[in-house]
Amino acid sequence: MNQNEIIKWLRKNLFDTWYNSILTIVCVFLLVWGAKSIFTWILFIAQWKVIAVNLQLFLVGRYPEQMYWRLWVSIFIILGLTSVTIGSLVKKIPNRWLPLAWAISFSVILWLIGGGLGLQAADSNLWNGLLLTLVMAVTSIVISFPLGVLLALGRQSKLFVVRNFCILYIEIVRGLPLIGILFIAQVMLPLVLPDDITLDRVLRGIAGLTLFSAAYLAENVRGGLQSIPRGQFEAGKAIGLNSIYIMLLIILPQALRAVIPALVGQFIGLFKDTSLLSIVGLLELTGISRSILAQPEFLNRYAEVYLFVGLLYWVFCYSMSLVSQRLEKV
Amino acid sequence: MTHFWRNRKFLSIAAQLISVFTVAIVVFILWDNLTYNLELLGIGFGFDFLQSQASFDIGETLIPYKPTDSYYSALLVGLLNSLRVSIIGIILATIVGAVVGIARLSTNWLVRNLALVYVEVLRNTPLLLQLFFWYFAVFISLPKLENQISFFGLINLNNKGTQLPFGLEISSELSALILGLTLYAGAFIAEIIRGGIQSVARGQWEAARALGLKPGLIMRLVILPQALRVIIPPLTSQYLNIAKNSSLAIAVGYPDIYFVASTTFNQTGKAVEVMLLIMITYLTISLTISLTMNTLNRSFQLKER
Repeated sequence: MNQNEIIKWLRKNLFDTWYNSILTIVCVFLLVWGAKSIFTWILFIAQWKVIAVNLQLFLVGRYPEQMYWRLWVSIFIILGLTSVTIGSLVKKIPNRWLPLAWAISFSVILWLIGGGLGLQAADSNLWNGLLLTLVMAVTSIVISFPLGVLLALGRQSKLFVVRNFCILYIEIVRGLPLIGILFIAQVMLPLVLPDDITLDRVLRGIAGLTLFSAAYLAENVRGGLQSIPRGQFEAGKAIGLNSIYIMLLIILPQALRAVIPALVGQFIGLFKDTSLLSIVGLLELTGISRSILAQPEFLNRYAEVYLFVGLLYWVFCYSMSLVSQRLEKV
Repeated sequence: MTHFWRNRKFLSIAAQLISVFTVAIVVFILWDNLTYNLELLGIGFGFDFLQSQASFDIGETLIPYKPTDSYYSALLVGLLNSLRVSIIGIILATIVGAVVGIARLSTNWLVRNLALVYVEVLRNTPLLLQLFFWYFAVFISLPKLENQISFFGLINLNNKGTQLPFGLEISSELSALILGLTLYAGAFIAEIIRGGIQSVARGQWEAARALGLKPGLIMRLVILPQALRVIIPPLTSQYLNIAKNSSLAIAVGYPDIYFVASTTFNQTGKAVEVMLLIMITYLTISLTISLTMNTLNRSFQLKER
């Protein structure tokens, strides 16, 4: 770009009218002042020792060090599958084995992290930090997916009782704040279950998140179901399928494909919402940063810790939202 | 005559009966466990405790309250605090959202991209973390009263809170909560308003210009009425989110209804009653917002013959 073009671009985009010129100058002034104070703070005032010392706590919490290899294996499985999936999406070659591979590796990874079945068990109290955030978000969305689809189908059902049970559930959950549902899951679940079933905190957290996100998922899926024209249903009937097959083979595959971007959006929301578990005492990413801030030597390092943790959340959420934007275009 | 298991009516009634039965059995089992477990803990069911003395203090109250008052008054104080935060949050978030949403469509490259950065940063980090940040890293880390930060003497910021003109004082907790809620919801509302304005066809702008309307009038008379049809339904769910997210007040120690209710639970152990109170309160608030916004929505929808 030569000098003339730069000037032309500036004229067109920054100084085309007198009020835009004023806005530009004000913005540049604010930007320079803001950037200068931020860089001074990052380089000279902030004390990043709190992050460097506690990096392991932030990422995996108190997960036993001799078991780190399991996390590495999990990361490799995820990276491998992701690259294959992206490849098949870009080349537009549908691979019928991919969903199955994801489902199997999901349980393999849970087994690797938690242990059992021949592996030494790692207590769920030791999974903290980013590890716990990821495990809880992924597990909750996976479990709430079938529940949400069932609720959405129930809400569309012709059966009066089924429809109204589903509407009741969905509307009650959507009317409540998540923190209230987590309270119910932490306090009420142990009370309504028989004595001999005890759920640990992590499971109760996952239960709360699942109950919550199933209701929102149901509404998303319902949107997809409503977008399928009636003709599809009638065509299914015409070739002699019964309603269950029509649903499974014709309506649901199309409806779910239509709501994939909304589902990614919901997963981003759920990922952020896991932070609320810190209020009910779980040490996920936000919870562990609060306990790190309670260390006597790092008492007032709020800004450093919260900005670092915020950056971690941001990287995950923003990259997922980019994926969702790409999916909308496919 | 078809067999009864092929009869549509029979099948539908049978399926409904089975689902009623399943739900009834599940509810019965849960209820049975609940009464058993509560008996084990020695906690009876009943709302009598609302009349007994709360004996905890509440930092901020809109109506007179002292620790010797009942749980009932304490919860009422909390409810009023929740409503205060929700209403202020909704008003401010709408203003922020409108400004940023329009800025996203500005012809000025710098303004447009600054708005984009704002939206992408705020939308993609948890609200709770933002509240912690505003409260701990900003408001309570502000300088003491002697060295307070002052904007032309109109707005004063210090570690006790915010002082506005006309003697309005806002505590650090409330300041952090309102700022956090407003900026977070503002980012979502901005995207809704941008989408709404963009949904109005270009031809409408051109037609209005051809009629000789000024830019301000084009916006007010032609674009906004059409954009609002697209904007109001998702805006409603953002307002609902603000009201629900006000329950995160507990993170910064602002005594809203959830905070007071959970203190009540910690003191009395009345899990079921407290849960019901929280549910009824939030469902009522949500329903009120939905109904109001639906009425508003109806008045903006296209009136067809």
